[in-house]
Amino acid sequence: MGRAPTPYGTMIKYEPKALHVIGGKPTDRPDAVDKVTGRARYAADINLPGQLIGKVLRSPHAHANLKSIDTSEALKLPGVKAIVTRDDFEDLENEFAASGELTINFKDVTRNMIAREKVLYDGHPVAAVAATSEAIAKKALKLIKVDYEVLPHVINVVEAMKPDAPVLHDHIFTIGVDPKPEKPSNIALRMTSKLGDIEEGFKQADVIIEREYNSAATHQGYIEPHASVANYTDGGTAEVWTGTQGHFVFRAQIAKLLGMDISKVKVTPCELGGGFGGKNNVYLEPLAVKLSQIARRPVKMVMTRDEVFRASGPTSGTNCKVKMGANKDGKITAAYAELNYQAGAFAGSSLNLASITVFTRYDLENVLVIGHDVVCNRPKVAAYRAPGAPMIAFGVEGVVDELAEALNIDPIEFRLRNAAKEGTQTHFGPKLGPIGYIETLEKAKASEHLKQPLGPNQGRGIATGFWFTLGMETSATININEDGTASVIYGTVDVTGGMRSAFSMIVAEELGIAPEKVRAIPSDTSVLGFNFMTAGSRGTTAGSMAVITATRKAIERMCEIAARKWEVEPDQVVFENGHARPAGSNVGDFEPLSVPQLAKEASWFGGTIAGHAEINVVNQGPGFGTHVVDVEVDRQTGAVKVLRYSIFQDAGKAVYPDFVKGQWHGGAVQGIGMALNEEYIYNANGRLDNPGFLDYRVPVASDVPNINAEIVEVPNPNHPYGVRGVGEVPIIPPVAAIANAIYDATGVRMYEQPMSPPRVLAALDAAAPKMAAE
Amino acid sequence: MSDLRYESPDSVESAVALLAGASGTTRVLAGGTDVLVQLHADIVEPELVVDIKRIPGLKGISRESGGFRVGANTSGMEMMDHKEFAAAWPGIIDGVKLIGSIQVKGRATVAGNLCNASPAADSVPPMIASGALASISGPGGNREAPVGDIAIGPGKTSLAKGEIITSFFVPDAPPNSGGAYLRFTPRTEMDIAVVGCAVNLTLDGSGTCTTATMALGAVAEKCITVPGASEALVGTKVDDAALDKLAEAASAAARPIDDKRGTKDFRIKVAGVLARRVAAIALERAKGQGA
Amino acid sequence: MARYHVNATINGDEVDYLCDPTQSLLDVLRDELQLTGTKEGCATGDCGACSVLVDGVLVCACLAMGAEMNGKTIETVEGMAQGEKLHPLQQNFIDHLALQCGICTPGLLIASKALLERNPDPSEEEIRLWLAGNLCRCTGYNNIVDAVKAAAAEMRGA
Repeated sequence: MGRAPTPYGTMIKYEPKALHVIGGKPTDRPDAVDKVTGRARYAADINLPGQLIGKVLRSPHAHANLKSIDTSEALKLPGVKAIVTRDDFEDLENEFAASGELTINFKDVTRNMIAREKVLYDGHPVAAVAATSEAIAKKALKLIKVDYEVLPHVINVVEAMKPDAPVLHDHIFTIGVDPKPEKPSNIALRMTSKLGDIEEGFKQADVIIEREYNSAATHQGYIEPHASVANYTDGGTAEVWTGTQGHFVFRAQIAKLLGMDISKVKVTPCELGGGFGGKNNVYLEPLAVKLSQIARRPVKMVMTRDEVFRASGPTSGTNCKVKMGANKDGKITAAYAELNYQAGAFAGSSLNLASITVFTRYDLENVLVIGHDVVCNRPKVAAYRAPGAPMIAFGVEGVVDELAEALNIDPIEFRLRNAAKEGTQTHFGPKLGPIGYIETLEKAKASEHLKQPLGPNQGRGIATGFWFTLGMETSATININEDGTASVIYGTVDVTGGMRSAFSMIVAEELGIAPEKVRAIPSDTSVLGFNFMTAGSRGTTAGSMAVITATRKAIERMCEIAARKWEVEPDQVVFENGHARPAGSNVGDFEPLSVPQLAKEASWFGGTIAGHAEINVVNQGPGFGTHVVDVEVDRQTGAVKVLRYSIFQDAGKAVYPDFVKGQWHGGAVQGIGMALNEEYIYNANGRLDNPGFLDYRVPVASDVPNINAEIVEVPNPNHPYGVRGVGEVPIIPPVAAIANAIYDATGVRMYEQPMSPPRVLAALDAAAPKMAAE
Repeated sequence: MSDLRYESPDSVESAVALLAGASGTTRVLAGGTDVLVQLHADIVEPELVVDIKRIPGLKGISRESGGFRVGANTSGMEMMDHKEFAAAWPGIIDGVKLIGSIQVKGRATVAGNLCNASPAADSVPPMIASGALASISGPGGNREAPVGDIAIGPGKTSLAKGEIITSFFVPDAPPNSGGAYLRFTPRTEMDIAVVGCAVNLTLDGSGTCTTATMALGAVAEKCITVPGASEALVGTKVDDAALDKLAEAASAAARPIDDKRGTKDFRIKVAGVLARRVAAIALERAKGQGA
Repeated sequence: MARYHVNATINGDEVDYLCDPTQSLLDVLRDELQLTGTKEGCATGDCGACSVLVDGVLVCACLAMGAEMNGKTIETVEGMAQGEKLHPLQQNFIDHLALQCGICTPGLLIASKALLERNPDPSEEEIRLWLAGNLCRCTGYNNIVDAVKAAAAEMRGA
């Protein structure tokens, strides 16, 4: 991120025109019927004949040297067919790769998959067993003897940054510090990004607000635990069925971790039960493949909920400092932020991404962003829907609110005065193209929500969010079948169930045929060129770019077939409204040919009609959103109830508007969970105290009100239909909006997330003497 | 776990014999909403699970002279749906309604909620405050004990080996009585109580409180009754001053720990807040005006 | 470990299976009977993804033993549709976009069915409280509430 896009990337400029299908509803949703009847197949629903069940032995220590592992007793247990440890996997060198929105280092990935020198968090895999039943596999785990040399551990990001903190990795010398530090530490990276002159900016300010914010780590909370089935054939092919957001990336990771050629690995993405970024990394897959290779039978592995919390990838716990100054006209003159993000056991948090989003809703001249990527004895973090953004938005949107208040300016008005727009120079490089931030603020300002009266102990808060949309490698194929129907083979995993419909609608729009004549089909890795994972809100945008490109190639082919039939040049044929027709009356008096007719004629005139695209999509337009929330605070217990919630967000062009709103409802409720109750709680021994849905408290249906969502459309100039990524922005504003609403209700500012009842009550009690005095 | 045996006897006597005769850990299975969680998490590794659901006569609520008899195998949903019982004992139903989800209440029983002996169990404070008695059968015969005597510490009961609860008896309250239960949880549903508070009180003809009982959950190693409740409320009209004293008594009696669900200080404070709110509801019900 | 032979009726079919006492009803449905429509989200009764009806009562299959089910009538999501005709709840879930990834959907459908059998005209609050035991991470619950209300109206003939 922040790198210049490849000069060989693909953009298709926005083509304003009347649309017939896009912007409406699909005529069918093939995935939905299978899902409501229970027939949709998620990874844990897959069973292969003769399969073994695999289970993982996990470290009970937060930090320990792994001195020895003795599997001999376990191997003797009848029914045990294979056991793997670090000895079964090659060590890997430093090698970086993109995995979703984060960057991974394979040297670390293999150590996260299975511990080598050390265990670095409660739940870190140490060994894996495949046996004829789950009961036997569990019994075998108990027979594996591991010699741990327990070491002091560190959990919290601020603690981990201290010079006397226990050091996780002797090879980490903070990058980005000059001169290079003499001693290793837990600070893997220090980054800096700036614009203008921050000192000068603060001098120009009439008001300066400086605050510190702490946010607990949270988990994506997908209801489907990780599951994989692997079959290593005797011919040396690894077949894997798994829940993944990116089967091609998983194929690459599996191949790398096992020292296999990519051509010998095939990954089939199963229907996914939620990912939100957490299924961007392999966990069980390489273990299952190796076990299958040794046992010569398929191996199925499913995580328990306990394992999901302990050992998959939550998002970072963070410590952020924000200092902003504004002049009396309400213009922000200086914006500073320090982001301290914990990465878990291995380097590579979402710090760089978060740093891009910090102030990118505002048109600023003087900006300084500093950040630290910090390791600590917790699971390696993975992406979680706009990774890193909600935590720093908590800070920035809170400080913006405080500035507005100090200057006696309405919070929406204050943001309008400083709003980012087309041409705004960001601190991380590019200038913004056409965007819809102001439009979302205006819509919020004019909304019915703002007119609702508030009662005692009730308050209203607003906050805004920005997230970019990834492009990256995308491949798709369209086949026009002999009967004129279209099969679109796509490779961007449909994580929400809506992408399939969106692709059908888009192809129908392009071809001018009915959407029910287009079927979007998910594929495995053997069927298409490389597809980057569904992350960075890119699924529909990049996926549709490839689908459109492929469809337009198929259209060229159909024109060619018509041309051959009519014995004219291909450029004398045009395709409109589902028909190939002569470009002009001078070409000849030929009846237009429909898609089914062309399909019927195709084999005589050269063969099947198909189109494919293998592109690298670039410069996709970012999304902006404004949220408004009303809360009621119980002053005696600190409980916060959400009364009303509204979302105003720019979708560029919503292919399937109702579905887009549904994604926003979901993102906002995840944000509400982060705001009020979700947090990782570790005990004094560095063990996770709440690895289950009882004490890791995600919102239930009665915790949230009906949510109102309104779509703004400022077309993305680099997509033919103007589509922008929509999935991530909605999780960014809720924490800040709720904090601002709590302030409005009680006069008390919150600086710790989650704003759980004990924290709110403590803040109210601390403020009570002051308030009584006022 | 490899020797786990499941038995489903059809009489109390055989259940008692099975439990008394086992040499290792045993568990009684009614709703299973605690036992199965512990079994699957390897928190408990019993040799024997005795399912009491096929024993006739243990399900349902019936009238006896002077009170209600609630079978040990009566699920939470069945209790909530029993119109007469729910009308007479809304405070107990307040607690039962909060046990887990609808799915959990479809199976969970008050007997299990009690014998699991979590200090935070939601049905226990109102059962204690209502004066309920547990009927117990064991190798030594049958006996009765106040509900408050059963759970003695986290995961520990006073039941002897082989003893099971077969039913509860909830004696009718005097006229102008009311009871209620509230708990504090961070979410609206699905959480374990951070603090639970039940208050039962009786008024005389002039609206003066003649008896009051308060039981607190999740603030000690077991559910505790607060003697200070009587002192605070008896002889008063349960006005604000009396409620203040009640709240103080609740906070003073609470001896909670810090854990992942709440800090000591928070629990002590909220015990007082809940006491006041619960007593107000109990008062309305005693006056015949509450829901 | 001993295995127990159980006879039950599942979605109207008489079924028999063998299970050991460590297997929950959920394990039996998914692993012994290949009825994988009922999902495991947590195995501790906290997420509702495994909701089924046993003798008409809404329960979590992970909190019941497979061994207990002798003579019981069990309904899972696979039994909701009548041949090709979807149950009004299923159709309304689709029409109102009450599902995205769909993993929580079977549990929600069964739980909603149980609600409407008991209360054919529930308010929004009643729906949200009844469904509090079913976690959804994708939809934010909005469209689920709408779908249940619409299905209820349709089933009342309103």
